[in-house]
Amino acid sequence: MTPSQTVGPFFGVGLPFEKGEQIVAPGTAGAIRVEGQVLDGKGEPVPDALIEIWQIGSGFGRARTDAEGAFSFTTAKPGGTPAPDGRTQAPHLNVTVFARGLLRHLVTRMYFPDKAEANAADPVLNLVEPARRETLIAKNCGGVLHFDVRLQGERETVFFAI
Amino acid sequence: MSEDEREPPYLYADYVGTRLRAPAKPLVHLPDGFHDFPAPVFPRTIAELDHDLTRQHAGEPIGERIIVTGRVLDSDGRPLRKTIVEVWQANAAGRYLDQDDQHPAPLDPNFSGAGRCLTDDEGRYRFITIKPGAYPWKNHRNAWRPAHIHFSLLGSEFRSRLVTQMYFPGDPLMPQDPILQSIPDQAGRERLVSRFDPETTVPEWALAYQWDIVLRGRAATPFENEP
Repeated sequence: MTPSQTVGPFFGVGLPFEKGEQIVAPGTAGAIRVEGQVLDGKGEPVPDALIEIWQIGSGFGRARTDAEGAFSFTTAKPGGTPAPDGRTQAPHLNVTVFARGLLRHLVTRMYFPDKAEANAADPVLNLVEPARRETLIAKNCGGVLHFDVRLQGERETVFFAI
Repeated sequence: MSEDEREPPYLYADYVGTRLRAPAKPLVHLPDGFHDFPAPVFPRTIAELDHDLTRQHAGEPIGERIIVTGRVLDSDGRPLRKTIVEVWQANAAGRYLDQDDQHPAPLDPNFSGAGRCLTDDEGRYRFITIKPGAYPWKNHRNAWRPAHIHFSLLGSEFRSRLVTQMYFPGDPLMPQDPILQSIPDQAGRERLVSRFDPETTVPEWALAYQWDIVLRGRAATPFENEP
């Protein structure tokens, strides 16, 4: 396999594209807005990160962080998806993180705060130690779903091996 | 050595940028299959001339014109067609078109430094560009990045996603570059170095470099297509 290398700080000319953060157009019936911040091990914003969302059935999204480490997406709320073992996975977004200083990209998931029952039965969340599960569940802030990515340290986001 | 051990670690202290960004906790392993899902439709337009970084402006960019070609393959050597290949790079003077790039080298009004293409039925990609310059960075005293082109690959499935960098043969800056040296073994590092390609070199016009890319993924299962 060809090894990975960091996306570096200067991917802005090559990777972000117009409306990349709109997996569905704003105003579409049922559209949801996701906002978050990427933070480093000292809690400082990461202004040179790129987030991708791979949503089965809905589409692909890509957005870079701004000077405050902030990113946002508009998408459709996903449904549950079958797990390889036949169980049902709770609705979630597949989130990948690229940044200067990340020699390989990171993979995480964003789950939904209003799906407590489905989340409790989710086969992936159940592989995560209980105290860390909350790092994978967005918070509802006035109708906007807030999902921060903490790369390192206290309340570090759970990342998955791929 | 497993394929995963050939990948760079998240924390590689010589590359200072990893120190506060590498996860400190172990990654959570999922059983087989959880990350085996197909890529959604890529919404970005890829136009006919997007592979030619020398024809995006009124004039031609300054620098050594080069052709970069190769194939995108799975680990069994099968071509991966319709893979989306996106590239970006510094100009011939070692400067990116990026407001955060403060290297005091000139910008080139005829060079933006980004391109895209899709692989063909044999998994081939082809770019026309200029050879990027080396440039300094502040990682350690007198640190210079070897000349490189950034590559982003989006294949047919989630697990094959790859962002990496292509280097040029014989570059004396490679041994001191912590980003390249973060790859643990020599064979792995050599997989990122292109080869001078006299067959593709066009007389009186451009040198060519050849670089194949191997992606991971479920398609690598042995015997999948055996009768």
